[in-house]
Amino acid sequence: MAMDYLILLKQEWMIALILFVLLFIKLGKDIPNATLLPWINGLLCLNLLSGFFFNQEGMLFGEMFQTNARLVMEKNILNLALLLISMQAYDWLLAHKHLIEFYLLLLTAILGMFFMLSSGNLLMFYLGLEMSTIPVAAAVNFDLTRKQSSEAAMKMIISSAFSSCLLLLGISLVYGMSGTLLFSELPRHLSSAPLYILSFLLLFSGFGFKISAVPFHLWTADVYEGAPVSVTAFLSVVSKASVLFVLVSVLYTVFKPLADTWYNLLYLLSMVTILTGNLFAIRQNNLKRFLAFSSIAQVGFILIGVSAGTQAGMTSVIYFLLIYVFSNLAAFGVVSIIGAVADKHTIEDYRALYKSNPFLTWVLTIALFSLAGVPPTAGFFGKYFLLMAGSAKGNYGLILFASLNLVISFYYYLRIVKAMFMDPNEKPIDHIQVSWLPKLALIICLAGILAAGLANQLYTYIFSLCSGL
Amino acid sequence: MQGIPLTHILFVSTALFLIGMYGLFTRRNLITMLMSIELMLNSVNINFVAFNKYLYPDKLDGIFFSIFIITIAAAEAAVAIAIIINLYRTHTSIDVEDATEMKY
Repeated sequence: MAMDYLILLKQEWMIALILFVLLFIKLGKDIPNATLLPWINGLLCLNLLSGFFFNQEGMLFGEMFQTNARLVMEKNILNLALLLISMQAYDWLLAHKHLIEFYLLLLTAILGMFFMLSSGNLLMFYLGLEMSTIPVAAAVNFDLTRKQSSEAAMKMIISSAFSSCLLLLGISLVYGMSGTLLFSELPRHLSSAPLYILSFLLLFSGFGFKISAVPFHLWTADVYEGAPVSVTAFLSVVSKASVLFVLVSVLYTVFKPLADTWYNLLYLLSMVTILTGNLFAIRQNNLKRFLAFSSIAQVGFILIGVSAGTQAGMTSVIYFLLIYVFSNLAAFGVVSIIGAVADKHTIEDYRALYKSNPFLTWVLTIALFSLAGVPPTAGFFGKYFLLMAGSAKGNYGLILFASLNLVISFYYYLRIVKAMFMDPNEKPIDHIQVSWLPKLALIICLAGILAAGLANQLYTYIFSLCSGL
Repeated sequence: MQGIPLTHILFVSTALFLIGMYGLFTRRNLITMLMSIELMLNSVNINFVAFNKYLYPDKLDGIFFSIFIITIAAAEAAVAIAIIINLYRTHTSIDVEDATEMKY
């Protein structure tokens, strides 16, 4: 029994261990950042590797905590994303006074995400959700003296607090109607009574805020622009992926009796989300803001995959998010390096980047191709499977609409590629010497973008893990 | 206890929730906005405790949930107030109308 607590909670223990090590380093003597950073990245790498061994299925704490092969893989994806973000932040953190606090906040957030992913009870789910948002709000404020950073943190904490209020009201109504909080017992009680529909809508709006689906997206662009680039990368990849993983499994198992309701809801939301994300992305000039709206549009495509409600739907969502980790982090990596070294953030500044920084230009180009969905890159296969899964319901109008929007999205992604390769610039960015850790991270991202689409074992592997819905 | 039906309590909690929501949308001072959020959280607490007491008196799920909500609300308020203090340092104001660095 005691071994169960050790093995089933293995990934959570690893994170907690790293948190304590960092806390002791913080309390002890001052160690220069340059010696500390490789060690921390090594620890995170070890953390990622530990997820691949000694995995078991099981439940703990009276069904509050559950784990299985699919959840372990989802946690591995999040660990991988955290490692890549940490490697890319090397240049920025090297001169930073509060290096350890940065890792403490992000690791606490990811611990919360793990508990949220593994939750088998609405109480546990709520605790995990809050544990994963409150530290991130503090991390958004990490550039203490910058005006934009504090404004972004304020916007984030107020809107996330409001969204969790809505979520809680939904949970309280579900509890009042059914008398249970367990995921395994809820489906037996749920019906399409109006109060259940209302509480489901409240719960879903809580989710909508976290994944920034359209009626709830207004905080996204401001927070992404104001936060330090590494925190923006964390928000747009790790936070979003974790909530989407939970959303899929909650919709497919707990809210299965309300399938008709959430299908119509997702139908509507995905259309609005894709259109709004695309239209606003066209008019952006700041690269971080641009990536914010592009990520909103991507969420719209993911929601199409979610709406399928089948094993293929779940597989395509997880597969797409894995690819999204690689392609979005490659884009954010380049933006963060150029932002940290040259302090340039707008598309005009990126003109003629190819002449001085061919490597960074190629990485950003391939990442943007993958986000847009150009065939040899993985992004194409991700989008293809999402739309395939969505079309299983026979709603070809939605698929046609999404495909047309893919064409619009090509315009704004290729606009940046054009600026980097073709436009002249009188004051181009100087050549940037990239340190080895960020360079390695970018190369891993590139390898992921190019390989993940062509290795079809990956899709079949994820498909086999998503059985038993 | 005997004379008060559950619907009365639910009415109070819903009213509190809506008052909190109204306050959040109309107030411009960040501290007051934070107070409105606390109001909304507390109305959910009333919901949980009332449901537990009236409908499922043999289990304690609702009461425990409300204890956790109180704890999380404290954590959230701590971080939010730290952020507001920092906002005051950078903007010399805690009025949301003054925090307009970023717009469309």
